[in-house]
Amino acid sequence: MITVDSACLGFSHGGTTLPVLRDISFTVEECDSCAVIGPSGCGKTSLLFLLAGLLRPDQGVVEVAGQAQSGMILQNYGLFPWKTVAENVGLGLVLRGTARKTVLATVERLLGEMGLSGFGGHFPGQLSGGMQQRVAMARALAVEPRILFMDEPLSSLDALTRERLQNLIAEVWLSKRITMVLVTHSIEEAVFLGRRIVVLGGRPGRVLRLVDNPEAGGGDYRDSDVFFRRCVLLRQILKGEGDGPEA
Amino acid sequence: MGRKRDIALAAVVLLVLWEAAALALDSMALPQPWQVALDTARRLADGSLLDDLAISTLRALAGIALALATAVPLGLMVGAEEGLRRRLSPYIYLLYPVPHVVLLPLIIILFGIGEFSKIFLIALIVFFQILVTTRDAAKNIHRNYYLAIETLGASRLQVYRHVILPATLPKILTAMRISIGTAVAILFFVESFATTRGLGYIIMDSWGRSDYVALYSGISSMAALGFSLYLLLDRLERRLCLWTQSH
Repeated sequence: MITVDSACLGFSHGGTTLPVLRDISFTVEECDSCAVIGPSGCGKTSLLFLLAGLLRPDQGVVEVAGQAQSGMILQNYGLFPWKTVAENVGLGLVLRGTARKTVLATVERLLGEMGLSGFGGHFPGQLSGGMQQRVAMARALAVEPRILFMDEPLSSLDALTRERLQNLIAEVWLSKRITMVLVTHSIEEAVFLGRRIVVLGGRPGRVLRLVDNPEAGGGDYRDSDVFFRRCVLLRQILKGEGDGPEA
Repeated sequence: MGRKRDIALAAVVLLVLWEAAALALDSMALPQPWQVALDTARRLADGSLLDDLAISTLRALAGIALALATAVPLGLMVGAEEGLRRRLSPYIYLLYPVPHVVLLPLIIILFGIGEFSKIFLIALIVFFQILVTTRDAAKNIHRNYYLAIETLGASRLQVYRHVILPATLPKILTAMRISIGTAVAILFFVESFATTRGLGYIIMDSWGRSDYVALYSGISSMAALGFSLYLLLDRLERRLCLWTQSH
């Protein structure tokens, strides 16, 4: 369970404080999925870092059950170019002092699940963007997180790869029964993956609307009327900053 | 393979040029390469050159090793820890441009004319070259890598082991490449006085005795020493930085 109540955040820079997030409140249930969407510069990534414990709020409350057992996928994947794919995936376990045998077995299994069997000895620089993304996913999943945080995980991929990986994320979320928080600037991605959608806007960023989207993650959701209507709704909220109709 | 062939070819061309120059000049001051090769082989066979080669190699290696062992950890920390960087950088800024070779009299007063003074001067000069490069490389590691390893729950020591050291290793090796030339030059300098062993001594001694063949034998041996260290570093780089060659 994630609870954010009246959280504010600012960055101090040369003596002045630049407010980044203002009065943010929402909750995410255990094993639910949440998408945070908003225009560039509205504080989406900062909000994610608050949830992951990488930043602390100046005011308000951020409570994340199981924060210590979270995995994170960063923008541009954050893979280490000096480590092989297998070493990248196993790193979280190695840092925890897990036995070598267990690490190898886990890495092997995850590479299989992500369709990367046989690529363990490659370096990230030798892989395509979509494959690197799957490596990042495998690395985050290796530590068996209760919560998975993702910061625009698919933003630099082509449309088809993107859709395939959205399906993979949905599958992972449903099969592993984890809580998922995804930051994106893509309306379709937010609607496909977030059962709860936090729409941010303005500077400093504030919550424009919380949209419930219980159908998210379903296999053919993309082709349904509801999906289309939700996308239109999000577009209107983002455009008119909050005055759109109910779906 | 092509590279090795090109290097061998370049060596042959240089030898031919030397031979041609020796024939054209017809002077005692420039013996022909085969005369030098013969003299070198004779000295190697009777063991006399081997001793000098060994002591020079040891001095150079010990100096470089001492510099590495101190400059790399310090450079990594000064680069990666902001507080330390702010406090120590002014000192490095002031001390780096000093021509350290002029400290030789001081070093001899402090440590005497034995082996340690020689090794210490080599180490001191190489130290600053490696320190500055390592510090700058550690300072410029992308923030994303730190975030990535933090989200995996690494301790500070693990951050050094898995991010800071491997990220800076290619730059450290480049610094070492430059340092080898410097180390061999300083080696000659420290062996040109107060010792009766080492390649530098052979060069100075044969010069004094106008034994030009022996002089060139010493010079060639010193060049061979520098070249061997270079080859060793090449090997090391290929083993340690596989990822930089994989694109």
